[in-house]
Amino acid sequence: MSGNLAWLIPLCPLLAFAVILLAAQRHTRLSHWLAIGGIGVAFIFAQLIFWTAVFGALDISSLRAFPWLINGGAIAALGLWLDPPALVMLFMVPLVCLMIFIYSTGYMSGDSHYGRFFAYISLFAAAMLGLILFDNLLAFFVCWELMGLCSYLLIGFWCERPTAAAAGLKAFLVTKVGDLFFFLGLVILYAVTGSLAYRDLFTPEILAQLAQPGYLGLPVTPALVIALLLFGGTVGKSAQFPLHIWLPDAMAGPTPVSALIHAATMVSAGVFLLVRMFPLLAVAGLPSSVIAYIGTFTALLGALVALGQNDIKRVLAFSTMSQLGYMVAALGLGAYAAAFFHLFTHAFFKALLFLGAGSVIHGMEHGYHHSSSETKFDPNDLLAMGGLRHTMPRTFATFLVGGLSLAGFPLVTAGFWSKDEILAQAYGRDPIVFWALAAAALLTAIYTARQISLVFLGTPRSESAAHSRESNRAMTLPLLILAGFAIVLGWVGIPEHFPVLGGVIPNLFEEFVGAPVFTPIELPVVPDSLQAWQPLATGVGACLLGLALGWVIYGWCPLVAGASDRIAVGMRRAYLGWLYRAMQERFYFDWLYQHTIVWGAVALAGLSARFDDAVPDGVVRRVAMVVRALSALAADFDEKVVDAFVNFWAVLARWVARSLNWLDLRLVDPVMNFAGWLGQLGPWATGSVEPEVPDARTGPIARLLIRLGGTLSALQTGEVQDYLGLAFFAAIALTIAFLL
Amino acid sequence: MQFPILSAILITPLLGALLILVIPREDVRTIRRVGVAFAVISFVLATILWIRVEQLGAGALQLVERYPWIADFDIWYHVGVDGLSTPLIWLTALLMTLALFYSAHVIEDRVKEYYFLFLLLETGLIGVFLALDLVLFYVFWEIGLVPMFLIIGIWGGKRRDYAAIKFFLYTLAGSVFALLAIIAIYFNTGTFDIVELARLQPFAQDVLWANLASWGLWLAFAIKIPVFPLHTWLPDAHTEAPTAGSVMLAGVLLKLGAYGMLRIGLPLFPQMFRYYVLDVPILPVLALFSIVYGALVCLAQWDFKRLIAYSSVAHMGYFTLGLCAAAARSAETQMAAISALDGAAWQLFSHGIITGGMFFLVGMLYERTHTRDLRAFGGLSGQMPVYYGLTLVFALASLGLPGLAGFWSELFVFRGTAQLLPLAAYIGVLGMVFTAAYILWKVIQYVFLGTFDAIRWGTLTDLAWWEKVAVVPLLVLTIVLGLYPAPLLATFDSAITALLHVLP
Repeated sequence: MSGNLAWLIPLCPLLAFAVILLAAQRHTRLSHWLAIGGIGVAFIFAQLIFWTAVFGALDISSLRAFPWLINGGAIAALGLWLDPPALVMLFMVPLVCLMIFIYSTGYMSGDSHYGRFFAYISLFAAAMLGLILFDNLLAFFVCWELMGLCSYLLIGFWCERPTAAAAGLKAFLVTKVGDLFFFLGLVILYAVTGSLAYRDLFTPEILAQLAQPGYLGLPVTPALVIALLLFGGTVGKSAQFPLHIWLPDAMAGPTPVSALIHAATMVSAGVFLLVRMFPLLAVAGLPSSVIAYIGTFTALLGALVALGQNDIKRVLAFSTMSQLGYMVAALGLGAYAAAFFHLFTHAFFKALLFLGAGSVIHGMEHGYHHSSSETKFDPNDLLAMGGLRHTMPRTFATFLVGGLSLAGFPLVTAGFWSKDEILAQAYGRDPIVFWALAAAALLTAIYTARQISLVFLGTPRSESAAHSRESNRAMTLPLLILAGFAIVLGWVGIPEHFPVLGGVIPNLFEEFVGAPVFTPIELPVVPDSLQAWQPLATGVGACLLGLALGWVIYGWCPLVAGASDRIAVGMRRAYLGWLYRAMQERFYFDWLYQHTIVWGAVALAGLSARFDDAVPDGVVRRVAMVVRALSALAADFDEKVVDAFVNFWAVLARWVARSLNWLDLRLVDPVMNFAGWLGQLGPWATGSVEPEVPDARTGPIARLLIRLGGTLSALQTGEVQDYLGLAFFAAIALTIAFLL
Repeated sequence: MQFPILSAILITPLLGALLILVIPREDVRTIRRVGVAFAVISFVLATILWIRVEQLGAGALQLVERYPWIADFDIWYHVGVDGLSTPLIWLTALLMTLALFYSAHVIEDRVKEYYFLFLLLETGLIGVFLALDLVLFYVFWEIGLVPMFLIIGIWGGKRRDYAAIKFFLYTLAGSVFALLAIIAIYFNTGTFDIVELARLQPFAQDVLWANLASWGLWLAFAIKIPVFPLHTWLPDAHTEAPTAGSVMLAGVLLKLGAYGMLRIGLPLFPQMFRYYVLDVPILPVLALFSIVYGALVCLAQWDFKRLIAYSSVAHMGYFTLGLCAAAARSAETQMAAISALDGAAWQLFSHGIITGGMFFLVGMLYERTHTRDLRAFGGLSGQMPVYYGLTLVFALASLGLPGLAGFWSELFVFRGTAQLLPLAAYIGVLGMVFTAAYILWKVIQYVFLGTFDAIRWGTLTDLAWWEKVAVVPLLVLTIVLGLYPAPLLATFDSAITALLHVLP
């Protein structure tokens, strides 16, 4: 089968987006069928391509490419890049998208912008699929930013709520800071290598060139600078410390969006970027420890904060941040396949958890509408839930599967296999990372058990919870399917050295993804720790201990209505109230950024505007003032000096003229008259004819002048446009004459 | 002899203007129709021109016409186009068509003068892009000035007199220096021929005169672009001008300065450019200032139109940065220089369509609400969904979202800058964050999101058909160029490659 069919995969949702937006926005059923149709076709092709590739029948020898950019005569094409990581993503993304699209028909029903919602998520799917499939980093970046746009639009989807609009803005701007680094890394890479196509970049020559120190004359390699900058993009998009603050706020969007964008796909795109650029990271050398530590810190921070949250979606948001930290840490350590495996399984169980949370919220809202007692109501509040296992059994069962997978419950869940792999890799490479990740795993298990206990166990702590109802088929069916994947997917990645099970099923995932196929350099040596039993025991122990702790605290003797959170109480008793407050307040990062960076920028902006008015424009105004003052002075001078001088001459002249006139009348005239009289005497004396008076008739030239004068005075209408008209007819005539 | 299409394009708006003069002023319908019709004819001719240029090759000057004008001083009527000027001519014709079409539904006052002046303006603008003789260039440069002065001064907002006079004096001050520089160049080389001058390199040996002449030219161009700190005429002029005037100002007039830099400034004085980029880096610093500082000033604006006006300062800063990068090139970094100038040229076109569209949209809102105060709005997305959608696309394009036209200039400018002036690239990208902030926070959030004041704005209507006609072509261009930049990029690229190729 030809790989060119993959072109259709991003194209179908894109088409759906365009058609819905332009034609079908007001037709609810049509819009969701278009969206589901678009992603459905993409899903079918994706599965076809994935399985043909798995069986080695995918023909990628003649992939089409289209000219996209031209620079100095060199053409950069847009093509496809169907390597194993892309294919794995191709298996996961359309599947999860399809499930979430179907779920959305239930979750969003009755929304006033139903059609617009499906248009936006279709555009998102198209961008995500493009990001996976295209063959160059520039297209990756374009799709990456388009996803950011969709994220912005969908977080702020209920934009009449000011918090939603603010959250969208925050998400966009914070990730934009990360994207700035990505963009810089991208242009530097472009500048250094002259191409952004993976096939050009990941060649031994180019990688060797990138590994040459001396970037900008500094003792660093371009690879290091570029890798760190690109990692900045990951930090923004995958909500890593210190740019993690946008992700919890992003929960203001509809829950399917949280599942799709802020759990399964977009946020993991940051990790996928590192997967894609892995050869570059490998030759860059140093940043790996930076990456690993940032990932580890994020994993720990997220897990700790998740424990202090009472909003069902915020717990999951911090959990996502924490799990992404795992992946980033693994990549930093060079455990490429393990990170990618966790990305893969996490997408399924986290999407499942979010959709389950959405189902719970829906059920709570339903209960609220059927009970009339409460006035203040937050459908996301864990403390107001309880006992939902009776009213929402299917949601409970699937949420349990997702939760156990997140906690890494041994053997049966997908999350176990991928997390175990990361821990095993970390064990031999960096003990700090290993123990921090193990601690995060413990915290993960605790907050998961806490969440499940608070939501589903015990008795309802509010009227809404008591009156809640199971969601409809459109919502529970995707839950069931995703729950299935959250279990079985782990089995494709069972390590060979695993006790008993190892080798029974080959490690399909690692065999398929393996090392990045195009890496021409040696990967970090895989340590022997993979065979060690300690990481396995630590992981399993952390999980079981955490689950047990969580259950003992919250599940054994469930909370009653109005009781305060036991963790809060316990920590206060242990004089850790400050820590709990910090956990609840997300360690004050938002506050800190708000009061430093945001306020600083706004203040700087205000200062710039004032400066602009005062200095560049002020100077101009001053100059104008000076010129005006000078001109007034000149006018004065003109009046008092120049004019006076002129007037003096005029007076003088008049005086002289008068004198002359007097002379003329009194002296010259009589003399001349006398002379004339004398002159006339001559002819008279000689007896000739009378002296001839000059002819009064006008000559031909004079006549012409008089007539012209008449015409001109007729033209002289006083109307400006007539003058202009004349002028321009003259101009036309001149132009014609000129052209001839 | 082939059909003189360049002269035809030049003369068509002028003929339209003259025709309008003879129509009685009461016959407003005919005046509007004639005005729009002549704009459309120019647009069709410009389209034909572009096709011809693509056929002939965009890398060289094509369709050249050359006739003696004032033979005693060796001044010629010398016009010609290549891949750099052709798209700009097309852009001018397109924006003028849309502006006059839109105005036909809006302007009621002194319609005759309005259409006359706009068509006259079009001739001036196109003339600048066509001219290959310095004197001819200067004449067209000045021709464009007067109609715009009158357009702002007659149909402008409350402070129109101040804005119009400021605009006029500022630009005139620049042109005086340019004229002196042109005369000096003539006395040095004995020609006004721009092509020939690029080869001759005036004042190659005379540092003082090279400085004087190049700064004279740059001053005129920098005021028009505008480059910080010569930009303060722009916010006033753009804000006070009528909608169509702002569209032409931002869409085309700013490009005259940029085009002058590319066609005259850089080719005639590459060494001076190099000196003031690398040795005494005044120009890159000013470019960076325009970008970052311009974006910051935008962030502090509360007047919708003034914000968009300031955004032009920041956006044209990318052009200047690209120009600086190209000036810093050496033989090995030719490719990066081409890239930077490709991006700079692309910015001229994309900024024209994006900011042109943005000014249309701002004007449409102002027509309805008679306020430009961002704080007065909120939640309009529900009341005016089509208006919201259109503004959103232009706003996103303006912040350089990939997939829309504005992105490519940033990419290519920074790709070139990253290699030629690395430090400037690191600083310049900061502007992108501030841009995102003022676009999404100030424009989108304050106008469209949040709570809706139903009492005040409940009667607002969404866009009428003719308003959509004015904006949608620009929107389509923004999206198509954003997704598939290759054709236009190829046109610019061949011209830029040729331009840089002849430089020493």
